[in-house]
Amino acid sequence: MIVSRRWLEALLGCALDARETAERLTMQCAAVDAVLPLHQELDGVLVARVLEVRPHPNADRLSLCLVDAGGAEGPIEVVCGAPNVQAGKTYPYAPVGAVLPGGLKLERKKIRGVVSNGMLCSARELGLGLDHEGILELDTTAAPGARFLDAVPVADHQFVLDVNANRPDLLCHKGVARELAAALGAAVKLPAIPGGNPAVVPSFRPVAAAQGVVDGVEVRLEDPEGAPRYMIAVIRGMTVGKSPAWLASRLTAVGQRPINNVVDATNYILHELNQPLHAFDLARLRGPAVVVRRARPMERVVTLDGVERTMTPDMTAICDAERPTIVAGVMGSAESEVSEATTDLVLECAYFQPTRIRRTRRALELSSDSSYRFERGIDLLGMPDALRRAIELIVAVAGGAVREPPLDLWPQPEQPRTVFLRPERVAHLLGVSVARGEIERLLSSVGFVVAPKDERLAVQVPGWRPDVTREVDLIEEVARLRGYDTFPDEWRPFRPSAVPDAPVEHLLARIREQLARAGFYEARTIPLGPADGPESVEVLNPLSAEERYLRTRLLPGLVRRVEHNWSNRNRDVRLFEVGTVFRRGKGQGAMGTGAPEEQVSLAGVLTGARRPPHWTEAAKVPDMDIWDLKQHFELAVGLACQGAAMQVAADGVGWEAVGAGGEIVGRASALESDAPVWAAPLFGFEVRVGLGAPALQQYRPLPATPPVERDVALVLPAGVTAAAVSERFRRAAGPLLERLEVFDEYRGDNIPAGTRSVAWHCSFRDPARTLEQAEVDRLVAAALRVLEDELDVRRRES
Amino acid sequence: MRDLLASLDGLRERLREIPQADERRLQELKTEILGRKAGVLTDILKALPGLAPEARKAAGGAANALKREFETAIDARERELAHAARRIPGVDLTMPGRPQWRGGLHLVTQVVDEICEIFRELGFTRVVGPEAETERYNFFALNFPRDHPALDAQDSFYLGDDVLLRTHTSPVQIRTLETYRPPVRVVIPGQVYRRDPFDPSHSPVFEQLEGLAVDEGLSFVDFKATLSAFARKFFSADTQVRFRPSFFPFTEPSAEMDVQCQICMGSGCPTCKQTGWMEILGSGMVHPAVLENCGVDSERYTGFAWGMGPHRIAMSRHGIPDIRLFFESDVRFLEQFAGLVR
Repeated sequence: MIVSRRWLEALLGCALDARETAERLTMQCAAVDAVLPLHQELDGVLVARVLEVRPHPNADRLSLCLVDAGGAEGPIEVVCGAPNVQAGKTYPYAPVGAVLPGGLKLERKKIRGVVSNGMLCSARELGLGLDHEGILELDTTAAPGARFLDAVPVADHQFVLDVNANRPDLLCHKGVARELAAALGAAVKLPAIPGGNPAVVPSFRPVAAAQGVVDGVEVRLEDPEGAPRYMIAVIRGMTVGKSPAWLASRLTAVGQRPINNVVDATNYILHELNQPLHAFDLARLRGPAVVVRRARPMERVVTLDGVERTMTPDMTAICDAERPTIVAGVMGSAESEVSEATTDLVLECAYFQPTRIRRTRRALELSSDSSYRFERGIDLLGMPDALRRAIELIVAVAGGAVREPPLDLWPQPEQPRTVFLRPERVAHLLGVSVARGEIERLLSSVGFVVAPKDERLAVQVPGWRPDVTREVDLIEEVARLRGYDTFPDEWRPFRPSAVPDAPVEHLLARIREQLARAGFYEARTIPLGPADGPESVEVLNPLSAEERYLRTRLLPGLVRRVEHNWSNRNRDVRLFEVGTVFRRGKGQGAMGTGAPEEQVSLAGVLTGARRPPHWTEAAKVPDMDIWDLKQHFELAVGLACQGAAMQVAADGVGWEAVGAGGEIVGRASALESDAPVWAAPLFGFEVRVGLGAPALQQYRPLPATPPVERDVALVLPAGVTAAAVSERFRRAAGPLLERLEVFDEYRGDNIPAGTRSVAWHCSFRDPARTLEQAEVDRLVAAALRVLEDELDVRRRES
Repeated sequence: MRDLLASLDGLRERLREIPQADERRLQELKTEILGRKAGVLTDILKALPGLAPEARKAAGGAANALKREFETAIDARERELAHAARRIPGVDLTMPGRPQWRGGLHLVTQVVDEICEIFRELGFTRVVGPEAETERYNFFALNFPRDHPALDAQDSFYLGDDVLLRTHTSPVQIRTLETYRPPVRVVIPGQVYRRDPFDPSHSPVFEQLEGLAVDEGLSFVDFKATLSAFARKFFSADTQVRFRPSFFPFTEPSAEMDVQCQICMGSGCPTCKQTGWMEILGSGMVHPAVLENCGVDSERYTGFAWGMGPHRIAMSRHGIPDIRLFFESDVRFLEQFAGLVR
């Protein structure tokens, strides 16, 4: 939303500083995203009077002008090509050295043999419009030599406002001026229309009816839900043409291109009062009738932009006796538009239901300045004033007359809303007591009508503030008009939270920290992707087919991230992620049907060298293998699901973690991927995160007695696992066996074919006494007997 | 007696030799002077008992003091020589040490933790909630009107008729107020979803961090105090903060909090669009309709709430130009921000 500083000044009757105004608006009602100076580049242009016009000696179309530009050296000669140059008139003059918009720098040069000292400028050359038929004749009393910018009111600032959705009143100059007036203690007064006369508008009153006739035009409001209030005026005998300069410059100052006097007049009212208007040609109106109704299915209209639109019954159409001419509140049709030939005008001033307009705009993918305002809610009560001013303006700039009072159809009239405010509630919510008088003053300053009612204030809400519906809305008004900055930010006592921390957050923090310490970087991937399992949850309106499902697992996303790293030639990649995964729900979830089950998952991927190389080690550092995977899988399982047991996966590839109920809660294996040839093998694991309270660690006395150590190399027949051997060894050796660890494996010569040798380190200890060597030998021998009996495992002959 | 004192003086001169002595010379000196059998000083001390009581006292004090001086000096020199012996000749100590793989937390995790930690000091606990939500929790209980544009499928990912991926963490406010009686002071981090395709400043998924305080007597002053304190702790103690009007369906009054631009420190730069300010969070007093929707007495209880985007905060604080970097997981990016791991 763009507002012009100069336009605001006209409404306020005082000058505004651009920076201060931007700051005030930002702090009081709407952020100013930018302040753009307009026409400041015309700084070097002067006002000059042409004293004499002579024909150019060498060119028929050029003239040689003697110009008074206020210089001490007296009149100067300027060559001019404009047909409209006349002695005695004043024009903008760009002296030698001046730079015009577009970057043209004027130099003293010969034109057809005659030196020209600068240039008399057209509107287009000054960036003030498209007119290039002649130089710009100035209507000013300023003396020759005066700065053009001082003499002609074109220097301006645009404020680019970020207007919040609840403040449609700020979408026009009057609304913004109202806020400034409140701060400045000024009053907003609509400037008189040059050449205007309010008396040209016959007085009129709303009628609680859905149809009527005005000046021969029949108006039927068949969709009062879509258009609760609908007004039509007929202006006859006007002349479509160019707008006067003051009107055109108002519009260009807010970035609007002037079109013709009628369209410009309606645009002016839109930007001044936030009332969109629609003017159409009476001659092209069949009937002549204006019918407001829901569109019929598949009803078509060619909108102003030349596109054929298909409407639906959810939209309101403005029709003549036969067919739609306007998509209500959004855009008119080329057919009914005002043209050069138009003499009689039908002027619509309507309130359209905001949701209806928003849906229509979205369905047609067509928005306009009008739809933008209608869908935020215009001032239902201010419509007659807007229509009156629009008629006065059109008659002033295009002539014509209104023969009959406009028709104001309002089947169900509404009264202004009254909201009650308790002054003590203001202090309660804002934490600072605000005197009753100040509350009244602040609210009144932006148009609320305040009256005492018992202990309360009865506050009548103006029509332009549809957002104010309850007491707290008024308290916000008090706070912002007083200024948020006027409230202290002092600490006052507070009670501690009754809400405990979510336990899962503590667990996840611990998991993240441990994985990071283990050398993994945390990744955060997006939970949307292709289907990754039969239970994938589908998004009904995905952005793309590749992002159509919610993940059921983290690993596929992490593998894609590894591939991305490979594409950037990163070979050593260790990533983990902790995040939500989704599964199709059973239908009776807490949130009813359609809600997926959510579960927090932990996954990791690893590939590349086991550790960074170091110059002390000549050999290449080996790449990570399944044993690195197992190490990190065990770490992850220990962190994420306490008490889960590890087992070799049923398919013999990798491992599984099994929960207390026998369900598989985690997996680890080598992974398939799209790997470049230089990449190392890729491994990954994923574990469901379950909330188990870790058991409290109790102190175990530190033994004072020495251990007795033994190394035992065993020959394991095919099919016998180390885990099976360890389990029997422990059982047979009994409680004095403190530690039992594999430290070597050997396959090859010197042992029977098909077998392997695995060596264990055992450590025995009795915390109460020093063990005898012989005693330990007996325990080892007992264990070996069991192994031989049960698994055919024997000690390796050395 | 005089001879004795003179020879002690002579002996004292030899203290100077000690700091220069090498290992062998030091042992020689030690034997020569303090040697148990024939040390010069040992001999003097041995001769003391034969002196007259007066002279014994004077000479004895001087001799013992000198002995302590020699012992101290020799001791110091021995330690010095031992330390020097640890120097390995020919080793270039500028060569790199043995490295280990580093890991680290995602920058967004770190920022979230940092923010939550600051609010913990201000009395806030940390809660979370589901990412798939019903329209009631995501919109209606938060006072969004039935026809609010955010409900259109253009803006949100829908999973079912009224189930969608939450568009903000605010539903957890509702879940918290439905479960616990005030005083409530919570921060709510979590992932949220908007139907925006990836571009340098948008992502369909991003992190949000929300806060909520509800109790008797909480006012706009408490709200400003809390969030200003946060800004000063997160940025710097002298950071300027301002609050200006804004609009959210679930707060009234609503406010946007800006902090002094951290790039130009308020003087105006392209990052802050010359305003000198950075928009940090949207906030306000909890709308009474929200409290009523959760069965909380809005006459008795008041509160405030806010929401902010850790991705955006991280981007402005660390100068990260493109939000996609957070999701691409290039290890070179992750490594840059691993240094903050506790």
